[in-house]
Amino acid sequence: MLPPPIAIRVATEWLAARARWQPLEVGFWIVAFAAIWLFPDRHLILTEIAWLGLFALSLDLILGYAGIISLGHAAFFGLGAYTAALLAKYEIINEPVLALLVAGLAAMALGFVTSFLVLRGSDLTRLMVTLGVALLLRELANRLGWLTGGADGLQGVSIKPVLGMFRFDMFGHTGYAYSLIVLFILFLIARRLVNSPFGLSLLSVKGNPLRASAIGISVDGRLIAIYTVAAGFAGIAGALLAQTTSFASLEVFSFDRSADLLLVLIIGGAGYLYGGLIGAIIFKFMQDYLSALTPQYWPFWIGLVLVVIVMVGRDRITSWTAPFRRIASHLNWRALARHVAASSSERR
Amino acid sequence: MAVALETINLVKRFSGIVASNNVSLQIAKGARHALIGPNGAGKTTLINLLTGVQRPTGGRILLDGEDITSLSTNERVRLGIVRTFQINQLFNGLTPLETIGLAVSERRGQGLDWWRIVGSRPDLVAEVVEILERFHLADVIDKRTAVLPYGKQRLLEIALAIACRPRVLLLDEPAAGVPEDERHEILAAVAALPADVTVLLIEHDMDIVFSFADRISVLVNGALFVEGSPEEVARDPRVKAVYLGEEVADA
Repeated sequence: MLPPPIAIRVATEWLAARARWQPLEVGFWIVAFAAIWLFPDRHLILTEIAWLGLFALSLDLILGYAGIISLGHAAFFGLGAYTAALLAKYEIINEPVLALLVAGLAAMALGFVTSFLVLRGSDLTRLMVTLGVALLLRELANRLGWLTGGADGLQGVSIKPVLGMFRFDMFGHTGYAYSLIVLFILFLIARRLVNSPFGLSLLSVKGNPLRASAIGISVDGRLIAIYTVAAGFAGIAGALLAQTTSFASLEVFSFDRSADLLLVLIIGGAGYLYGGLIGAIIFKFMQDYLSALTPQYWPFWIGLVLVVIVMVGRDRITSWTAPFRRIASHLNWRALARHVAASSSERR
Repeated sequence: MAVALETINLVKRFSGIVASNNVSLQIAKGARHALIGPNGAGKTTLINLLTGVQRPTGGRILLDGEDITSLSTNERVRLGIVRTFQINQLFNGLTPLETIGLAVSERRGQGLDWWRIVGSRPDLVAEVVEILERFHLADVIDKRTAVLPYGKQRLLEIALAIACRPRVLLLDEPAAGVPEDERHEILAAVAALPADVTVLLIEHDMDIVFSFADRISVLVNGALFVEGSPEEVARDPRVKAVYLGEEVADA
């Protein structure tokens, strides 16, 4: 006996509910793109937010959706940054978008190879392994001074215009528009991915790997796949940094960068894609404001924020924003719009 | 008799303890086979060996005559060996709709499909809804699994295995912890399985075993002790001595 079509229609709608665009999301991107024209004097910091947000989005894919914690995500970011900088410096690939793709592919290759290290073990093992990989790469870049410039960083990188048309400027105008478009495209891909059957299988692997394999899912295969994809995202984020600053230094691999990244994602909340972006905005503006106030106290404030988040979120620190998101998703936008429309017509 | 699942001299040792001792078991195609035995007899170990969760120390496992001893859990599922768990193993963050949808799309080999939005295949959704209705889950399809009542979770546990379209289904105490008055729903669902599906039932409740099984194997201390039809097993004095006791003598 087949179920009635109405049940199927309702079920289809519910299944697709995760993927539906919320008004708040649309608003978020409108504001982000409007900033290109609205805040031209803030483009430098907005550019930093864009690549940091992309970097945090990458971590969210593995932590929020697959449950892999990492303290060495800078490995992929750094590789992407050096790849893009080297390609430009030695004029191997002059067009930035193409170089960005190559940097992403290089990071993906590294992600694929190192993914086998994070398949087994507890969170602590994974923290140590990922940390180790990032430290290794940093030292490697340090030793290969003839190629990377060692501790001085890679000097003399000049980035050609994007698509041969848009030249990077010192105010970050081109940089922001370019970074934002890249972020938006990769965000759309990530959004599609997490709302697909593949994304659902990641959640199942994260939630209960024993059962996931008992319904025919190759747990290792899924983890390798998402780790590789996320590494590519991180590599592109690093490449954006290198291209918008015309510089790459050992600092791209640093432990601080990986640790800050985890902090950014925790500030914004993991597992709903916007956490990394919102976290990046809060983190960068807070850093900007507080360092201007008292430069030496920045670590104090960030420490305080972390402690407060832990107090509020308790043992669920990656999802301490969940109550706010629930309120936002329960807002009845249509009723709200009707209400606004009704009251404005009354006034007329 | 066509054999669906067969073990040949299966041995599993854990640092000194023999959990499975030379088990050679044959389960006929389409059988309703029950595996019983006192606590610690090695029933769960045997299930873990059959499904690939644990690797045997020795011996072989054959599915339809083909050696599957070295295959992983998920590879065996694809070949049709599916199990349920004694203690619910579900995806607490997902809804029943998503849970069954996941299993069905994996079975169809669309699990790596990352560009399609979940629910965009009408025939898949139809199948998912059909399974959920069959297991009396239609009224809770959009609730998070974590908040479902225990009886519903138990039904979902079994529905999830059925969604994988097993050829051999291993049921590990399907009615465990379910109140008497809700059991019939679960047992009816099990009884309604297609006749060509081979079922191996592990169960403590002798009422369920004797109303369900057409063949019973008794496991004691990791070894196969007695095997036969329900009548034979019920009559066997050795079985009564080690395990069944008064319960069957009364029945």
